[in-house]
Amino acid sequence: MSQDTHAEHHDVIAEIKKVTIILSVLTIVELILGFWMIGITSAGLRLAIKGVIIILMLAKAFYIVAYFMHLKHELKNLIMTIIVPLALFIWFIIAFLADGNSFRNLRNDYNPHFKEQATIKVEKKEHDAHGAEKPTHEKDASKEGEHKAPEDHK
Amino acid sequence: MSNVTTASTKEAKWWNGGKSPFDVEYGKVMMWYFLMSDAFTFGAFLISYGTVRFSTNGWPDPNLVFKSFPFAPEGVNAPLVFVSVMTFILIVSSVTMVLAVHAGKMMDKKGVVRNMIWTIIGGIAFLSCQAWEWNHLHHEGAWWGMNPFMNADGTASTSNFTNFFFTITGFHGFHVFSGVVINIVMLIMTLMDKFEQRGHYLMIEKAGLYWHFVDLVWVFVFTCFYLL
Repeated sequence: MSQDTHAEHHDVIAEIKKVTIILSVLTIVELILGFWMIGITSAGLRLAIKGVIIILMLAKAFYIVAYFMHLKHELKNLIMTIIVPLALFIWFIIAFLADGNSFRNLRNDYNPHFKEQATIKVEKKEHDAHGAEKPTHEKDASKEGEHKAPEDHK
Repeated sequence: MSNVTTASTKEAKWWNGGKSPFDVEYGKVMMWYFLMSDAFTFGAFLISYGTVRFSTNGWPDPNLVFKSFPFAPEGVNAPLVFVSVMTFILIVSSVTMVLAVHAGKMMDKKGVVRNMIWTIIGGIAFLSCQAWEWNHLHHEGAWWGMNPFMNADGTASTSNFTNFFFTITGFHGFHVFSGVVINIVMLIMTLMDKFEQRGHYLMIEKAGLYWHFVDLVWVFVFTCFYLL
């Protein structure tokens, strides 16, 4: 192994270590936000945290594709042939989620049955194997429900 | 194409012909295109999940659904814990895969073998975790078409939740399974000195791309199902 490749070897290992740490930290932050969100009932704050989680998710995706899959070190030609078609997702996500949202609003406006379903609390049914754990968390679930409008959980 | 020509035209246009404008071998370009098409498949799944979720008034709270842990006592409430373990298993196996690819570039057979074994162990560990989780949910009465969980607001939920969960994590799990099989094949080929004879470990790089893609998809699946 020549001196050159040896130096390069250390650079690559250092980069792998750096990216590993970044990915772990991003995951831990995501999980902390996830745990934090469990106790939060404010719809606006939940939405904000979800936004942050999505940004962190995209950052993780960037580090995996750019460094682990080595795309950052490829020629621009190859990068563009992969990234440009995937840009379609921007439109897909906006269009389909907006369509889903609009469909829900339409049904809530024009389908009384659909709207009614979202206001009826279900009778808790006991499970065979997990009878012991059910009552506590179901109480939590219904308690949470009282504080929240149904739209909170998208 | 001689080396001299390549060197002299290095600064010239990549599209003048005579060489790959992407400067990678055919197999790798095709692997990238395959992964791009696979990304569209997973993207379509996840976007349809999002669309259905946006068009529904209520949705189950993932923290109340995914809250158990293997060997933990019945009724344990540990949301996000098990899935964090699964996520870290996959990240670590991705790291060992990069190390295997790098060892391949260095023509270090021992390093390739060692890191491939760790990657395969990570993949099998992830699949075992997923098998346990599916089995556990199935015992709770969740399956395609069956949803024992109620919405977070206490209203009745449809089976959309379980249908999407099992379809998408199942499709991802199938990718992990194929990745493990590919990695085992790569390990056997390395042990048989196939790559030493060829003079390069480019096959490991292609398998590595696939394995990282599996990890990449899990980043999205994990976020969409367990965190959001």
